Amino acid sequence: MKAPPLLQATDLRVAYGKIEALYGVNLQVEPGSIVSVIGPNGAGKTTLLAALMGVLPLSGGRVEFAGRDVSKLSVEVRVAQGLSLVPERRELFGELSVEDNLRLGAFARLRRGERNAAGDLESIYARFPRLKDRRRQFAATLSGGERQMLAIGRALMARPKLLMLDEPSLGLAPLITREILHIVAELRDTGVAILLIEQNARAALQISDLGYVLETGEVALQGSATELANDPRVIESYLGLRSATPVAQT
Amino acid sequence: MNTDIALWMVQDGVVTGAIYGLMALALVLVFAVTRVIFVPQGEFVSMAGLTLGTLQLGQTPGTVYLLVGGGLLVAAVEMVQAARLGLLRQRLPRLILAWIILPVAMAMLVVWLAPHKLGSWVEMALTLGLIVPVGPMLYRIAYRPLANASVLVLFIVSMAVHYALTGIELAMFGGEGLRTNAISDWVLGSGSMKIGAQSIWVVSASVACMVVLWFFFERSLYGKALRATAINRVGARLVGISTDLAGRTAFLLAAAIGALSGLLMSPITTVYFDSGLMIGLKGFVGAILGGMVSYPLAVLGAVGVGLLESFSSFWASAYKETIVFTLLIPVLLWRSLTARHLVAEDEEE
Ligand SMILES: Nc1ncnc2c1ncn2[C@@H]1O[C@H](COP(=O)(O)OP(=O)(O)O)[C@@H](O)[C@H]1O
Ligand SMILES: [Mg+2]
Repeated sequence: MKAPPLLQATDLRVAYGKIEALYGVNLQVEPGSIVSVIGPNGAGKTTLLAALMGVLPLSGGRVEFAGRDVSKLSVEVRVAQGLSLVPERRELFGELSVEDNLRLGAFARLRRGERNAAGDLESIYARFPRLKDRRRQFAATLSGGERQMLAIGRALMARPKLLMLDEPSLGLAPLITREILHIVAELRDTGVAILLIEQNARAALQISDLGYVLETGEVALQGSATELANDPRVIESYLGLRSATPVAQT
Repeated sequence: MNTDIALWMVQDGVVTGAIYGLMALALVLVFAVTRVIFVPQGEFVSMAGLTLGTLQLGQTPGTVYLLVGGGLLVAAVEMVQAARLGLLRQRLPRLILAWIILPVAMAMLVVWLAPHKLGSWVEMALTLGLIVPVGPMLYRIAYRPLANASVLVLFIVSMAVHYALTGIELAMFGGEGLRTNAISDWVLGSGSMKIGAQSIWVVSASVACMVVLWFFFERSLYGKALRATAINRVGARLVGISTDLAGRTAFLLAAAIGALSGLLMSPITTVYFDSGLMIGLKGFVGAILGGMVSYPLAVLGAVGVGLLESFSSFWASAYKETIVFTLLIPVLLWRSLTARHLVAEDEEE
């Protein structure tokens, strides 16, 4: 490994009150790569991304991003440094227009005085033409797939170095899921590193370079995406017929 | 009652209603962005009226001590926090500039200019300069440490802030009321259709203020950012809008709206150290009529409150407050039966 990793989480621990959700997770993302985290419901995947983003405080361990310890920095500062999260619940601004949602995605950059955010808007529209058609509509009126596109577009407006996606296909039809994962792969080719959480493990591993399996707050397995896709334990738990329809597991 | 009296009362009601409307706007704004029910909103009004009155007497208003004291307190709080994060050395210069040097400079300017009685406009500008920064200071000291507390806890903090501010005002200005000079004293029309210049000032300045706010929220990046925070706090943070920045901005606007209202209404009514609560509460009734979320409905509600108050002081002046606040009961009943439940929704997050 020559270049230092873009993101390095070391011995990450997070607790909700007294209940621990992550017990010392180690994870790395190299620049320009896609890393997938798969695992059953309740394993702590959402918690992991929230902790990396700074939405949840750490109870132990540290997060380094682009060579800096960001463990104590606020969400806003991490955004400004190039870390973005598309959360599981999307968290859009429902009573603002699609275009305002996108513009606000560049808030950190506009605040720094960057004036080229308007050009970015066009490139987002080029990637998601349906958002352009709906630019004046309230975000709340969008369909599930469009909402996800808007959430991704909003995150991209910050020009992240690392984009973290929490179950982008949640609640979407298979066709739209495939479209979104295709866009995710394209984004990697433009140089954005991706940390992806996805219920559809098969599809996720197909576009990934590396994968982690998270079970009850710990990394159970890790390796290249092809290694994982051929691992009997992964096949049995996540790639079998059952994974076609994601089910809650204990 | 004849038409003349009725017209006069409508005028009176619209003028006070405009002030209540400004209060209602500030209350809705602060609540939407920070979930704080800002009971002390009216304190900015009384403070501005009394500060302007004192300046017009050629004396230094006690507000200078509030500004400097508040600044020192914020500086101390910020330093402790920066030290905890190990960022003290980085942040110290800005902290000292923003919270110590600027407030002291403003206070010194006022002390220097006060005896010269430089006229209404200068005195009004000085008043704004003294009071507007108090808004963000209040946020930093009283609310920011509890930013994630429930609406009820924040409300209790508001009550405490209200009592503290009223006490401070009593200490600064004493128990006597002040009435400031009108901006101009010409009168429009004649006979029974007289409209005082101050009434026109109040209404047009309120409307102007509302238009500016509308542009701010519809057109500017920071206005949109405030709305975004009100709509979805997590989403706002994820795009880099800090809750702190939004809170500070909301309180800055609330203080500015309050101070402006004080400047407008102090030539009409005598202002006392404790006048703020009633003014704020009337605005609050208006805001509730608007469901605490809609700006236009809140203003409309507040103008309604002004009119109701004006007419009830004619028919049953002893009961005018009672009538206004009693109005709340049917409205709240109707709202709780029809509207979405705001607080419950909020706790759920
Ligand atoms: N807000 C919360 N309060 C308490 N416990 C929580 C909260 N959110 C998640 N948890 C618990 O933390 C664990 C991990 O949850 P989560 O990160 O959402 O898992 P995943 O995203 O993998 O489904 C689960 O046991 C869940 O019950
Ligand atoms: Mg999850």
